[in-house]
Amino acid sequence: MSDQIVIHPLYAKLLEKFPESVVMDERQGFSGIVVQAITLLEVVKELRDNLGYDYLSSVTAVDDFPEERLEVIYHLFKSIGGAPVEIKVFLEREEPVVPSLTPMYPGAELQEREVWDLYGIRFDDHPDLRRILLWEGFEGFPLRKDWKEPLYEEDTKPFKSRWPEGKGERKELLNPYKDNVQYPREFDPNTLSGDVDQAMYKSLEYSDDPNSRVLQTDQMVVNIGPQHPSTHGVFRMTVVMEGETIVNLKPVVGYLHRNHEKIGERNTWLQNMPYTDRLDYLAPMSNNFGYAITVEKLMGIVPTERAEYIRVMMAELTRIASHTMTTGFLLNDLGAYFTPALYALEERELILDIFEEVAGSRMMVNYFRFGGVVRDVSPEVLKKIRHLVYNRLPRKIDELDKYISANEIVRIRCEGVGVLTADDAIAFSTTGPNLRASGVPYDVRRADPYSIYESLDFDVCTRDHGDVFDRYRVRIDEIHQSIRILKQVLDRIPEGPIMAGKPQYVAKVPAGEAYGRVEGPRGELGFYVVSDGKPNPKRYHVRAPSFINLTSLAQMCKGAKVADAVTILGAVDIVLGEVDR
Amino acid sequence: MNGIGIIKGLLITLKHFFDTYIFDFGRKQKNLTPDDKRGMVNSSGLFTIQYPEEVLAASEEFRVIPFLVYETAENGDHKYRCTSCGICAKVCPTQCIFITRKKDAETGKPIPSPEEFYIDTDKCMNCGFCAEYCPFDAIKMNHDFELATYVRGDTHIYNKEMLGKPVEYYAKIRPVNYALEVAEKAEKAEKATAA
Repeated sequence: MSDQIVIHPLYAKLLEKFPESVVMDERQGFSGIVVQAITLLEVVKELRDNLGYDYLSSVTAVDDFPEERLEVIYHLFKSIGGAPVEIKVFLEREEPVVPSLTPMYPGAELQEREVWDLYGIRFDDHPDLRRILLWEGFEGFPLRKDWKEPLYEEDTKPFKSRWPEGKGERKELLNPYKDNVQYPREFDPNTLSGDVDQAMYKSLEYSDDPNSRVLQTDQMVVNIGPQHPSTHGVFRMTVVMEGETIVNLKPVVGYLHRNHEKIGERNTWLQNMPYTDRLDYLAPMSNNFGYAITVEKLMGIVPTERAEYIRVMMAELTRIASHTMTTGFLLNDLGAYFTPALYALEERELILDIFEEVAGSRMMVNYFRFGGVVRDVSPEVLKKIRHLVYNRLPRKIDELDKYISANEIVRIRCEGVGVLTADDAIAFSTTGPNLRASGVPYDVRRADPYSIYESLDFDVCTRDHGDVFDRYRVRIDEIHQSIRILKQVLDRIPEGPIMAGKPQYVAKVPAGEAYGRVEGPRGELGFYVVSDGKPNPKRYHVRAPSFINLTSLAQMCKGAKVADAVTILGAVDIVLGEVDR
Repeated sequence: MNGIGIIKGLLITLKHFFDTYIFDFGRKQKNLTPDDKRGMVNSSGLFTIQYPEEVLAASEEFRVIPFLVYETAENGDHKYRCTSCGICAKVCPTQCIFITRKKDAETGKPIPSPEEFYIDTDKCMNCGFCAEYCPFDAIKMNHDFELATYVRGDTHIYNKEMLGKPVEYYAKIRPVNYALEVAEKAEKAEKATAA
């Protein structure tokens, strides 16, 4: 490596254009540019309008405690593919304010709310800056390094109380009831609950003006969920309706929030692996994949060839399992009560059987390690997969397709419902099948290839109408492409070791940052990690695709009927484990 | 014409209905085990395993709640393989393993054996790291998933006696791994004698 720092031509352009306010991030192991908060909008506008970075992938923050500094980090991409441009804004820890990018990229809305919620960074001109994952009465900003949870033991695992003097006792009992929650001072629950919802209802632009209405009826606010079978978990949609037409909608999330990222920063690098299974629990292998390649980037290790093939094989099996299930449950949302869902589950079961045999668990697989996978795939399992891929899945998927696609009720309920145009889909940072159904051929496997996808032959499936039916069609097409990938992988899988180096339980990660992303079944699953050379990550952020896909839900639902909102949500395909993190 | 798609779809449902019956009838004739049934990728009907009357055999790598492996001495004593090195407690993501190291009563020096060993099974996420990184093959993942109890609380914290399982049990549930382990040990012993 030469000492001379090579500046990317794009960054050089920006440095030239904004000589006073843009500098390179020159810390060892870090990349990107540092922009002053006041010129952020100008720089981003330049990037979006003149340089083609039209896709805002992730907004997050890092706390540099004990240094008095917070960083806000943006990752921008071109929707035609390629590497990211990374923008950082350094802020004071007291009263940090940064201009909101939501007017420019509507896809930043929920992400900026999340950063506000967890870091206390205020976004100027944000249309609706409220807490999102935590409840309104929550005290403090939990991802700041000086915030401590109620059952706090130590900053990092492993805890010293476990060995050599460990005593088996339930730590919860040390904290009597009521003391394990922190309330703000002068907290009064009676006055709070009303205010919380008022703030949200106000943000819905609920209108009392009779002239603004089309129908001669009152506008009405209806809460769908959190306990509702159509929401696939604990999710709430607050809907303003005129008659039965939706005027505005807000997703309310966070009921399953556990602060995955704080847990991740307490854990050692390896200990995060089983936790990633619990994000998108319908596609655990993809989550493992994303985390593994991100940390490998930082560690500078390359997995062995056989491990790469096994990884891709598992990721594609996961995609098939997840897409079949989504398809089945979409039909559930349409009212075809459980018959198609069970046909879909039947195929998923066979795939989960393979996971059980290979990884030891059907859903919480914990299968990937840095540099490879935990155990080899036996020839018998390979035979099983081959049998499944060649003899069963294509036949069964075709049957499901035939069963659903020609059905008149399905077509009437899905075609032309929840339309998202290509421009909107990009602006809202939509990913995965939702983006491709709007006609944007963007697939991380092709746009920014990782692992062995570059050498594999498959198509990026798109459809043109951007409605619910097309989202369903794209998923079916993708299953066929996954089968195609699996056939190639099964033919080419080499013999050899499955781990690069010796398995170690303490990963040595040099200081630096990395952003890794994979194409999960729900879209671009990104991990942003920062290391300071210690055994625990300094920052561990998950760019959850289904959380960010929710940003466009209001746009898709406006003008639709309430019954359609259920279908649209089903086609967005959220997994609450990932949305709420 | 409207309705054709629906009728075709209903025919598929009807076909599944009959296929399942025919398949089940055939199965009764052949006396297949639940595992055979599950493995029939070519089957056209739905397959149902009548749990708990029928139980699928768990695959070898299946993992729930760890157990401690002990060898039974001739006098009936349980000799735990664990040396209380603490790697499992350190690698555990949920920090649900608690180990007290044994100390010599007179000198106070640590002895490589656990005085006490607890696992809080409410917290355990069955990830299998402890078994994976144990250098002494002393802790392994169990297959027994029927863990429901009427009370929660301290009964869910397993102590050393509750966690202990004889090495024969380990050999029974994980035959392939056990065979590998025995072969590895034999190789090492051979090397040691050669040297």
